[in-house]
Amino acid sequence: MSAPTTERPRVGRQTPSGLVPPKKPLISLKGRESLAAWGFVLPALIGFIAFFVWPALSGLYYSFTDFDLLSDPEFIGFDNYTRLLGDPLFWNAMGTTAYYVLINIGLQTVLALGIAVLMHRLTQSMVIRGVVMLPYLIANVIAALVWFYMFDFQFGIVNEVINATGLDRVAFFGESEWAIPTVALINVWRHMGYTALLIFAGLQTIPKEVYEAGAIDGGSELRMFRSITLPLLRPVLAMVLVVTVTGSFQLFDTIAVTTQGGPVNSTRVINYYIFDMAFNRFDFGYGSAMAFALFVFLAVFTYIQLRLTRANKSDLG
Amino acid sequence: MTLTTAAPELASTIEPTPPKPPRAKKPKMTVGRFFAWVALGGVMLVTLIPFYWMLRTSFSTTLSLGSDPSSLLPVDFTFGAYERVLGLATPEEALAEGGSGASINFWAYLRNSLIVATVTTVGQVLFCSMAAYSFARLQWKGRDLVFAAFIAALMVPPIFTTIPNFVTIRELGLLNTYAGIILPTLLMTPFAVFFLRQFFLGISREVEEAAIIDGAGPIRRFFQVILPLGSAPIATLAILTYITSWNEYFWPQLVGRDEEVRVLTVALGVFRSQSPQGGPDWAGLMAATLIAALPILILFVFMGRRVINSIGYSGTK
Repeated sequence: MSAPTTERPRVGRQTPSGLVPPKKPLISLKGRESLAAWGFVLPALIGFIAFFVWPALSGLYYSFTDFDLLSDPEFIGFDNYTRLLGDPLFWNAMGTTAYYVLINIGLQTVLALGIAVLMHRLTQSMVIRGVVMLPYLIANVIAALVWFYMFDFQFGIVNEVINATGLDRVAFFGESEWAIPTVALINVWRHMGYTALLIFAGLQTIPKEVYEAGAIDGGSELRMFRSITLPLLRPVLAMVLVVTVTGSFQLFDTIAVTTQGGPVNSTRVINYYIFDMAFNRFDFGYGSAMAFALFVFLAVFTYIQLRLTRANKSDLG
Repeated sequence: MTLTTAAPELASTIEPTPPKPPRAKKPKMTVGRFFAWVALGGVMLVTLIPFYWMLRTSFSTTLSLGSDPSSLLPVDFTFGAYERVLGLATPEEALAEGGSGASINFWAYLRNSLIVATVTTVGQVLFCSMAAYSFARLQWKGRDLVFAAFIAALMVPPIFTTIPNFVTIRELGLLNTYAGIILPTLLMTPFAVFFLRQFFLGISREVEEAAIIDGAGPIRRFFQVILPLGSAPIATLAILTYITSWNEYFWPQLVGRDEEVRVLTVALGVFRSQSPQGGPDWAGLMAATLIAALPILILFVFMGRRVINSIGYSGTK
């Protein structure tokens, strides 16, 4: 009983053809491997085709049809897309979403970077990292409900504090100009710690010696952050941005349990509008067209982001 | 010799434990470090306050909350909210404390969440491990093409595939069934396949080669080499999948609104929208959110280290 030793005869990496099998198998070993390979991938492949490829294709097809789920889809060419171009609510939804993403990502990235650097310079504690991650683990719905209560006009603790300082109470979910920033704040709370841990993982790839050299040269913490941390962290930050921005565009749950698009369309983000169009108004064709437009928009946007941030190139070395 | 004896030694090649930072002499507590700790403390506080507020509110009497909304301790302490949510209180008792009096089928929702999350996790982890093994270790025609297609699916916004998936599930007659909720993510998600493949690529080839010499086919190698050696990343993925599935709201609220299959997140949304405007049962709502989050919090206390350690590679891809 021992671990495999190095004297063991070396065999080819994947093809064990260098071996003479004791008995000639019915199918060649290579054929057997390939058969097994397909067998292994089959369940996942079925899932992939049934719930990713097929819906992507039929979604594209629905976008060219008038489809209310009760009767068969009826081909109408580009009508849904011309409707989309002239639909003020669609553009309002895209604008609202962009506004949300801007506040959400802007605030979240700055805070997360700060938290990550603080942890990096101060502590390796697992407990602190665990606490920081906690909000990310609970459901969107739960985060939304807790803050819905804390931001309540009458009974919310936030308004109690505001009131105590002599200012006027704020209807966080009831006023158009407050609703999106409020929803954005809730999700900053939920995501900043997780994002910080992503950046923190990136920080740990920066060699310690760079900081030691910086310290010997008499660099202050601030100076080192500017001329060591930020440039070396850029590829990680770029990837984190791509992932979080794409995620931020998917906002739905928080809206669904708090404002449901209101007041007066001010929180009707694109995912909520598409959902509403398809599942409340049964306009599956138009909903699909908007969803496809979102897909194209995100793909182009991600590509531009990657180009601008040169995410795949490191400044190290 | 058996293959499993080699496992413990080689396991370290898969998930290298990060080298313990040498216990350097404590850095001097400068003014800067002091304020850095204060800032980090502030972050912890902001992170934890909502959790405390859930706790404080859940032990309060809803009708009394209005009289002292800023009290840091439960107002008019009671277990009533939990009794209401868990169906232990009579409608009269519930009304007396500010509940709606309507019965909440919390145990059924809890059961539904458990069923959905467990089945999804078991299926997804098993089938994705198999697929990941095939992608990482076996040779077959079209392998890289299929894998690229899997990865491309990561880019598609969920709403785009959700509409046709809803049509599919409806046509299969699976609306308001567990199968309808579970099916789309039972067989694969692109992320799970990608995550595991990266790890399986890193498992030492020598053990598998030894198994080939012993005449083990791909199936035996998968179960006797890859699964034991890959148990750490597989466990991590299982936890992540369980949490994601437990917290999912969008899909189950589309296909599983019926009482019999309603999961906790959907139930919380319904609970909130049923509350009469002006006088929601805050204590009941907070008690419900806490109980809904509890399983995940417990899971995190025991398995958190694994989740936190996984972040570097899973998040930034």
